[in-house]
Amino acid sequence: MKAAKGTVFKYGDNVDTDVIIPARYLNSSDPAELAAHCMEDIDKEFIHKVSAGDIIVAMKNFGCGSSREHAPIAIKAAGVSCVIAETFARIFYRNAINIGLPIIECPEAAADIQAGDTVEVNFDTGVITDVTKGTTYQGQAFPEFMQKIIAAEGLVNYINQRK
Amino acid sequence: MGMTMTQKILAAHAGLDKVEAGQLIEADLDLVLGNDITSPVAIKEMDKMNVDGVFDKDKIALVPDHFVPNKDIKSAEHCKCVREFAHRHEITNYFEVGEMGIEHALLPEKGLTVAGDVIIGADSHTCTYGALGAFSTGVGSTDMAAGMATGKAWFKVPSAIRFRLTGKPAEWVSGKDVILHIIGMIGVDGALYKSMEFTGDGVKNLSMDDRFTIANMAIEAGGKNGIFPVDELTVSYMKEHSDRPYTVYEADEDAVYDEEYTIDLSTLRPTVAFPHLPENTKTIDEITEDIPIDQVVIGSCTNGRIDDMRTAAKVLQGRHVAKGLRCIVIPATQAVYLQAMEEGLLKIFVEAGAVVSTPTCGPCLGGYMGILAQGERCVSTTNRNFVGRMGHVDSEIYLASPAVAAASAVAGRITCPCRLK
Repeated sequence: MKAAKGTVFKYGDNVDTDVIIPARYLNSSDPAELAAHCMEDIDKEFIHKVSAGDIIVAMKNFGCGSSREHAPIAIKAAGVSCVIAETFARIFYRNAINIGLPIIECPEAAADIQAGDTVEVNFDTGVITDVTKGTTYQGQAFPEFMQKIIAAEGLVNYINQRK
Repeated sequence: MGMTMTQKILAAHAGLDKVEAGQLIEADLDLVLGNDITSPVAIKEMDKMNVDGVFDKDKIALVPDHFVPNKDIKSAEHCKCVREFAHRHEITNYFEVGEMGIEHALLPEKGLTVAGDVIIGADSHTCTYGALGAFSTGVGSTDMAAGMATGKAWFKVPSAIRFRLTGKPAEWVSGKDVILHIIGMIGVDGALYKSMEFTGDGVKNLSMDDRFTIANMAIEAGGKNGIFPVDELTVSYMKEHSDRPYTVYEADEDAVYDEEYTIDLSTLRPTVAFPHLPENTKTIDEITEDIPIDQVVIGSCTNGRIDDMRTAAKVLQGRHVAKGLRCIVIPATQAVYLQAMEEGLLKIFVEAGAVVSTPTCGPCLGGYMGILAQGERCVSTTNRNFVGRMGHVDSEIYLASPAVAAASAVAGRITCPCRLK
């Protein structure tokens, strides 16, 4: 898998799927349309500032709440290359893997990394590097089973390949 | 080392004698559920798969309930997509407006969920069916697509927290107060990735509707599922609603739990979750400030069942909602609506100055039918009070039981029935 590198947007605990993509926009399932409202209720500036490759770093229970796959879809379509958090809510975790949005749990990195830092993530090793600070962190590598889904770029391809 | 209730159900559906927490398994599914928000995305994903059709047209339930009757053109297109898919694949359990209800109230009522089942649904509150002794959990649209195509899903076997319930709840204390109390105690990620297993002799003092409410909000503590043991009440509910065979799984005596809590139901008080997290709970006695409100919503997959309607009506009978306050009552299914009509509850609501809506998830997620303006406050029997959940980012939601919601509608501020004149 390739690595991710970008500028960090930093958030706190319990970032829920309602602020990631408010339900008033769920009458659409078009990724570009969803991306245009990504993070709108927590950070109105996000969508104007985000560039392809940027990274979201948050604290505990990122993606809690609704099962809407629209949340990781919006984040991915906004150009975000990776989400790092102390912990993820479980449905968001599954959804991100299933649609091929790389996510990684690392409490130390989540605590230290600040907004605006440049961060690099190596998906093969799980190593997270804060280029701005010159620090490195060992993130939790995916179990083999999930690596296969990610390598297939999502659950749909994984199922197709197994046929 | 023994297995929990959840682990036993998962082992049986994976064809294994034994599973352990952390193990990755592939389980056979008894039911795959989707709604009008999540199914269109799942249908799009399924179209990309090299499959001929669905794994079993009788084991898929499609329930347009979030934005129906269609709130706008885009919602109408989503519903049309689901309707056409259901028709194309001859899905037995597609529920059109007129026969639909809020999915998690509807499926048990239709007998589609029974003890021992493994159920996934592309809606986070799919955990509701744990009230019947099933393993059920929320997933996203891609998992739903894979489930519809293959009849299987992968799971990491969860560890569990045991909640031993004792005693009997006092008057005006319901399942909603029990689960809000628990979430307040362990936090919104207190059960992250875990099962919440409810046991103890206090269970018999909880109605089926109370149990549905409690299991429904397991996700609000981060739980993978919430599950109750099967007792006489469960069996009589299943016999009344379903002709499907059910299987009772009991936890082994030496099952291992990460944590155990004992909760004496008789000590619980009406409980309210303050903005903007379900864990920000206070008992009614701890609320010292005056909190004027603009709206009350009584309904949802959490509290739109007949018990909830009866409680709300008991409070509203002979009273009127406060001047200038909107009170929106939403029976969760057509059957609940009809029952409430036959029992005269709808008349009580209308005479009290409340409006009664057709079943919809609408206001709970800020879709329609009760959106809040800037600065407005709502007491709601729904399940989430996140920032902007019901409308403007500067609005506020207070989660409570139907009893507290109805009393607050009358008073125009947060209160409980025992304090009404």
